[in-house]
Amino acid sequence: MWLCRLLLRLYPASFRAEYGEDMCAVFARRREQSSGPLEVLLIWSGAVFDTLRNAPAVHWDILRGDLAYAARTLRRAPGFAFTAIAVAALGIGATTAAFTLTDHVLLRPLPFRDAGRLVKVWQDMRGQGYSRNEVSPANYRDWKRAATSFESMGAYAGVSLDLAGSGEPERLEGASFTADVLPMLGASPAIGRLFTVADDREDASLTVLLSDGFWRRRFAADPGVIGRTLLFDGVPHRVIGVMPADFRFPSRTVQFWKPARFAAQDFEERDNTYLRVLAKLRPGVALESAQAEMSLVAAQIERKWPKENRQVGALVTTLRDEVTLRSRLALEALLAAAACVLLIGCTNLANLLMARAVSRRRELAVRAAIGAGRQRIVRQLLTESLVLSISGGVGGVALAAVSLPLLVRLVPNSLPVAEMPVMDLRVVAFAAVLTLATGLAFGVFPAFRACGRGVFTGLHEGPRSGGGRSRMRAALVVVEVAGCVILLVTAGLLLRAIRRVQSIDPGFRAQSVLALRTSLPVPKYNSTALRWQFYSKVLDEVRRLPGVTGAGYTSFIPLAPHGGIWPVTIPGVDTSGPGRGALGRFVTPGYLEAMGIPLRLGRGLAGSDDAQHPGVAVVSESFVRRYWPGENPIGRHIGFALADRTIIGVTADIRARGLERESEPQVYLSSRQIGDGNMIWYAPKDLVVRSASDPGALAAPVRRIIASADPELPVSDVQLLSDVVEGETAPRAVQLRVLGGFALIAFLLAGIGIHGLLSFAVGCRAQEIGVRMALGARRSSILAMVARDAARLTVAGIVFGAAIAYLAARSIQALLAGVDPADASTYLAAVGLCAAMTLFGAMSPALRAIAIDPVTVIRAE
Amino acid sequence: MGDSDPASLLPLPPATFHILLAVAGEDRHGYAIIQDVAARTNGELKLSAGTLYRSIQRMLEQGLIVEPRERPLPELDDERRRYYRITPFGRAVAEAESHRMAQLVRMARHRGLAPGRA
Repeated sequence: MWLCRLLLRLYPASFRAEYGEDMCAVFARRREQSSGPLEVLLIWSGAVFDTLRNAPAVHWDILRGDLAYAARTLRRAPGFAFTAIAVAALGIGATTAAFTLTDHVLLRPLPFRDAGRLVKVWQDMRGQGYSRNEVSPANYRDWKRAATSFESMGAYAGVSLDLAGSGEPERLEGASFTADVLPMLGASPAIGRLFTVADDREDASLTVLLSDGFWRRRFAADPGVIGRTLLFDGVPHRVIGVMPADFRFPSRTVQFWKPARFAAQDFEERDNTYLRVLAKLRPGVALESAQAEMSLVAAQIERKWPKENRQVGALVTTLRDEVTLRSRLALEALLAAAACVLLIGCTNLANLLMARAVSRRRELAVRAAIGAGRQRIVRQLLTESLVLSISGGVGGVALAAVSLPLLVRLVPNSLPVAEMPVMDLRVVAFAAVLTLATGLAFGVFPAFRACGRGVFTGLHEGPRSGGGRSRMRAALVVVEVAGCVILLVTAGLLLRAIRRVQSIDPGFRAQSVLALRTSLPVPKYNSTALRWQFYSKVLDEVRRLPGVTGAGYTSFIPLAPHGGIWPVTIPGVDTSGPGRGALGRFVTPGYLEAMGIPLRLGRGLAGSDDAQHPGVAVVSESFVRRYWPGENPIGRHIGFALADRTIIGVTADIRARGLERESEPQVYLSSRQIGDGNMIWYAPKDLVVRSASDPGALAAPVRRIIASADPELPVSDVQLLSDVVEGETAPRAVQLRVLGGFALIAFLLAGIGIHGLLSFAVGCRAQEIGVRMALGARRSSILAMVARDAARLTVAGIVFGAAIAYLAARSIQALLAGVDPADASTYLAAVGLCAAMTLFGAMSPALRAIAIDPVTVIRAE
Repeated sequence: MGDSDPASLLPLPPATFHILLAVAGEDRHGYAIIQDVAARTNGELKLSAGTLYRSIQRMLEQGLIVEPRERPLPELDDERRRYYRITPFGRAVAEAESHRMAQLVRMARHRGLAPGRA
């Protein structure tokens, strides 16, 4: 018999209750009539088979019936159904989109073989303020020789080269890899072959791999490109392969890869740090033990090269560590905000369903009376809420797919993944689980409440008497108001943060300035005189263009992270220590004027500051404050960028490395005082042109001037300086828009929730209100009674919400650009909005309450 | 529930048809139905408990059978059991099904695929 009872467990409870006894009786009769163990065994296996076949069928029968019933009920209340589905879709959509993005950036393994074992190794130069510094070739070589924690180690560096020859000249971003890097990533070419160690050798002919995007764009996906020779910076490179479209390392902007080559002299300068080092841990080796080994290795090297490698350690990080704290926080905040919207949505739906269940009590009581068990009714109500949530889930996934492109700015550029996340099975599975959870979350409670003790007394009562449950619904409204306050406060704080960042003075005037890049290729432009010739010709002609009020060349325009931090030496002054470097830029005369960087003292750089004259430098005010506070620095000497320089002028400070970042002090050097072939990376390449009219209109004539000066020179990065400054706040703007959107949705949902609750409460108490009025209660006191209800809920929600909002704001402090997480005005605004919403939501129920005609109501019952 | 057109339920699953036949003459409980079906089919069709009660549940919902209020004569009644009775609608559906099958057999005969006169 125990077997029979066990098998019965597989049937729906209602079916079991109805037929369980009878089925066991049939089983028992069969047993009685059987003889011999074989027959008993046959009966048992028959019973198992029978159950496995029929139990799912019975479940399905019930589900089908429930679905049909749910569809009928919902069709009868299309307004309710639509609202519920829309609310569920919003919540599920927001959360799915946020999850897709977070998964893409933070969770999913990076698209490389054994991604979990890939690490980066940096020069740890905390002593000088940089914990993740690039690596010098000599240190890389020594690490690679000494370290045993790694299966392999390789190095790469970003390069940009001019492609000339066939078609328009253009500037391409690429990377140079040692032969170990590609195999370590598990990459294989779409066509052609990868680099071999032979390609790394100094005397081998130069080879290049193309990115899929570049190959399609420039060569129309012609496989015949393999074996062709391309002129990069005037030097022939043979194309050996094309990488697949989904290979993006080190970043998604890379368009070609070439072998990294080291000449003997590359290993001589240990402070020439420009390599990034990728390594793969041996299986079973933990990051910590690799770190411990690398620290030892670095210490040994430091002992061997005490001067060059002073305070140079090694830091091992995972690939994923490239995601900055801010990106991570932004995504987590997004996910939390989406979850908040979903929670508010669920609360709202639970409220709606509960109100509905109460008004459906008669119907449910009738069903109970004709023999539907409690479980049967719960199951029926749950099916209904699952139908709603599944419809909402389908809508939500569609919503997420549509809204994802608006969120891709939150995917950091530094990560070697696609910009656009894909919504694959993983995401759909998440959405499905979310949908079921949502349906249960807003369905279970109302279903059980509806089927409580009261069901069977439902027939005695009027449809409106649901007062006992109002406390639960009130709690739900408090949750909604609280969620709404949290989202409003965080969105408000982010709004203040973006305002604050936007109001930061970059130190230069960004309006009406056009910027573009013409990188002068070496060896063609190795000679400083030749470069000067080019700058002079271009600048002279550009300055003659109508409307142009200034023009100049610099190594890099501000706000772009390009390095150029050099140590400063001053006779008699201790300049060592962390963060004591200064930012150097080689510029042409006219650059500071064109940028609107004011000169405070002395003179700017002139064309006469050339190699025949002593080295000169213009420094920023913070430089003076650091070394000679309160003194006149003009005429003093500093050692900077590998030479002695005399200070000839002082400028205002600019935000050179980002709007939200204090820059190192700036030093401007004369472009004519770079030695031939030296520091080519810092030779001026960015042209800025200030215009009295529309700077964008200058792009075409400036291009023509550059083409006439050197027809093979590509022009890239054409942009308005004001756009560069705005770009600094673009990720913030996205965060704000998303969170603001969520806050708005939450606000509306909470408004609907409060309105619904109060309407319902007024409806339930119509009789009571009628009696009160018949007994002489004044309309104003009825109004006050309804308003009191609303106010109580709002105050509770606001207090609760503000406390959590403060905690939330504290946790995203890094995104707030210094705005106080307890910023009073933001909280006041959020609270005011919520109060206004409650008032608005309470208005129509309150008015309905005082419009009640006592006679009609009392007679109706 | 059961007020629709009998034809809308056709063709009937074999188990349903057999159960209707079993309760057409008299009210029967579950085990009696199983025995009746087995006897009528010479033991070829042995309804399992699962199939029987799943069919019964559906047939109750469809209004083909009911549980009668009055019980059989005391000496025949097994009090623990529930009895099932065919409804007029159930009868109509069973007739419609027989008619449908008879027509099929007629057609088969016409083509010489079944015994009897064409």
